[in-house]
Amino acid sequence: MKRYAKVVFLLAALAIIFSLSGCGEAKPTIKVFNWGDYIDESVYEAFEKEYGIKVIYEDFTSNEDMYAKLVSGGVDYDVLFPSDYMIERLIKEDRLEKLNFDNIPNYKYIDERFKDLPYDPENEYSVPYFWGTLGILYNTKMVDEPVDSWDILWDQKYKKEIFMYASQRDSLGVALKKLGYSLNTRNEAELEEAKQLLIEQKPLVLAYMGDDIKDKMIGEEAALALVYSGDAVYATWENEDLAYAIPKEGTNLWFDAMVIPKGSKNKEGAEKFINWLCDPENALANAEYVGYSTPNKGAFDLLDDKLKNDKTAYPDGDIMEMGELFVDISDVIGLYNRIWDEVMTARD
Amino acid sequence: MKKQWIAYPYAVWMTIFIIVPLFLILFFSITESTEAGISFTTKHFKKFVDPIYIDVLVRSVLLALYATIICLLLGYPFALILASKTFKRKSVLLMLTVVPMWMNFLLRTYSWMTLLEKNGPLNSILSALSLPTINILYTETAVVLGMVYNFLPFMILPIYSVVSRLDKSLIEAAQDLGCNDVKVFKRVTLPLSLPGVISGITMVFMPAVTTFVISRLLGGAQFMLIGNLIERQFLSSGDWGFGSALSIILMLLILLSMGVMSKYDREYGEGGLL
Amino acid sequence: MMKFLKKAYVYLIFIFLYAPIGILIIYSFNDSRSRGAWGGFTLRWYSELFKDRQIMNALYYTLAIAVIASIVATIVGIAAAIGIFSMKKFKRELMLNINHLPILNPDIVTGIALMLLFASVKLPLGFLSMLLAHITFCIPYVILSIMPKLKQMNKHLYEAALDLGATPFYAFKRVIMPEIMPGVITGFLLALTLSLDDFVISFFTTGNGVTNLSITVESMARRGISPKLNALSTLMFLAVLLLLIVVNIRTSKDADERREKNEKIRQSGVFVSGSRDNI
Repeated sequence: MKRYAKVVFLLAALAIIFSLSGCGEAKPTIKVFNWGDYIDESVYEAFEKEYGIKVIYEDFTSNEDMYAKLVSGGVDYDVLFPSDYMIERLIKEDRLEKLNFDNIPNYKYIDERFKDLPYDPENEYSVPYFWGTLGILYNTKMVDEPVDSWDILWDQKYKKEIFMYASQRDSLGVALKKLGYSLNTRNEAELEEAKQLLIEQKPLVLAYMGDDIKDKMIGEEAALALVYSGDAVYATWENEDLAYAIPKEGTNLWFDAMVIPKGSKNKEGAEKFINWLCDPENALANAEYVGYSTPNKGAFDLLDDKLKNDKTAYPDGDIMEMGELFVDISDVIGLYNRIWDEVMTARD
Repeated sequence: MKKQWIAYPYAVWMTIFIIVPLFLILFFSITESTEAGISFTTKHFKKFVDPIYIDVLVRSVLLALYATIICLLLGYPFALILASKTFKRKSVLLMLTVVPMWMNFLLRTYSWMTLLEKNGPLNSILSALSLPTINILYTETAVVLGMVYNFLPFMILPIYSVVSRLDKSLIEAAQDLGCNDVKVFKRVTLPLSLPGVISGITMVFMPAVTTFVISRLLGGAQFMLIGNLIERQFLSSGDWGFGSALSIILMLLILLSMGVMSKYDREYGEGGLL
Repeated sequence: MMKFLKKAYVYLIFIFLYAPIGILIIYSFNDSRSRGAWGGFTLRWYSELFKDRQIMNALYYTLAIAVIASIVATIVGIAAAIGIFSMKKFKRELMLNINHLPILNPDIVTGIALMLLFASVKLPLGFLSMLLAHITFCIPYVILSIMPKLKQMNKHLYEAALDLGATPFYAFKRVIMPEIMPGVITGFLLALTLSLDDFVISFFTTGNGVTNLSITVESMARRGISPKLNALSTLMFLAVLLLLIVVNIRTSKDADERREKNEKIRQSGVFVSGSRDNI
């Protein structure tokens, strides 16, 4: 009996010790919530040394997961890295603090094109972190015609050789663009047309992928895939037969940016962190580690030629023309959901 | 036996951590917040009555059923053989059955995708042997395979724990009375092992109905399952009402079917040793 | 012949269970980060693994939570299973049905419901909240593992022991425990398994820097899971194998001794609990 009691007591003591280790923070801290593997660890370790502020780092898998966690109020985050449409939603719901740009002098290094973006028109709440485009990744050995239009993803020739995204907005967006509509449309008729297109496409699609798409393309499992530029850069470097193209009908332009949510206990520390990440040297380290396109002009200039001249990562031409950003459609999400459900449950 | 009171600590735990959250879910499923405040509604439940969603539910249940049956067919003999004299190091082998599940789920599932892909190792071996290559990735077969893979240990372990301690004197008695092996199995072994089988079925079927990552990855997201639907409501749509209603419907459905099954449990359970 | 077939069957199942693990291990040596290409053999992921603060942090919490949660769940589960087993039909069915809820609910529902629970009592998300959540979803599996053993057990053994003068606790320790031990071990193993690999519930019930390996892996999915995780899994696998070998060598000696002792006792015809063969 004594032995069991001891074990239980020990366990209880351990559990209490561990849970208390969260409290009693002598050092100032900031709580950062970011995508997984989206920062060079040495960058924030250097930040800790420089300012004596401890960085408590947490990962999330998607904007929606991040949102659910944020609104529950269980953790008082200081810095978040949401995507464009999510930022818009957070601003609408008054969940973000306005940034004090006096504390973020390195903001000057951000490329002028990427300031005052549609989701934050006066640029009061966010600082861009990475950006990219959505396009077609294709295997030049299997596709011998020029790839310049979304139509090719509907070509019978490539039956079961096409990968689409299992993401509602991306796949619907592509269909909408092909029809010449906005990918933020609220027009039910337009969405119905897009839905029909996608249902027609179903027999041609090998699978609706998630993040595994790049590895599958590198492994030559399919001829064409809908892919983000960040992944495309990686894929084209791994397999030289792969190439990336942005269709002429236009595509989605995406941004991930840094924001400070309301409820943050260390706004100054958070702003220092954002400023730190905008320092060209640090932004460079991140850009090289992550491989996505950086909005930081200072860092871009310092880039290795191989990455700098990569048209997949840094396309020529007017990016703002080519691409349309997602806006928040949470007020009509029911409509989008129904359309997507009907696409996904349609039997071919 | 007057020992029920030792379950009371757990009863308290259940109340706090299972029942209270359950009421939260129930609350979401029957209310909606409008400009006027919170009001009661059945619209979340009504939304489910749509051929698309019912189709999704049916499909999820069917796939879970296939997976459970296959797990049973594969796992039962495995447990029997493991418990028999054929193997000596039983506990080690049992542990080895579970250890693969300690490796990260996503990594394991990605490994299956690699195994099954067109240019994957399995097809490479098959074509080296001049056998036809298989192309089951992104089909329902792959999804069921993934489910069986992930749930098989949950079927094996409870069955083994019962079968490993079967009263041998009963088996010997049956054999003495002239039963052949098949009859011994049917009349002695099987009924006695039923409690383990029922636990196994419970631990496989229930989570299998609500699983969705496997179908998303191995099925290429072409098969919408009830788990996907519910997850979507809570995360992307923000329609917690509908998500909660779906969960409640699922709960009732499964508990009812398990209730039917437990009837069999009692019939066999009371017979046995007394 | 039958013996060969039986062995072959078991080995086949093991091949099935371990095939993807093999792939996982092979790719931990892949010089390319991508699973679509083989870039040559390398050990760099192993060295980079130990320098990764996030992963090491996650590993620590994963193990700590898994061990504590499974032990607590097992202890509570034993008491609960025995108690529930002793109840009258209605109460028992009720308890069991509620017990089934964490098993049958989709993880997302359990995760969010618990997150809301913690938020409403203002419990900050962290180690304690994640631990409580894990214990909650582990206990039902422990109970389900022990119940069949209770059903299988001869009811009169316990009463016989009491009649012979044993205290209830002694009777529990010497009669019931040995009977349900396979179920206890099974339950413990299943609890450990579930806890080690849980993502959704953990994600929604933890915070403030406390994380686990599943969260780390899943959140890396968008960028592509680094082979560092493959390396970690391989090392964990080897560690467990090693542990199994060591434990196996030690216990086979104990088992042999115990078997000899039981034989002697049985031959002398004395009633002893724990040995089922002669009741």
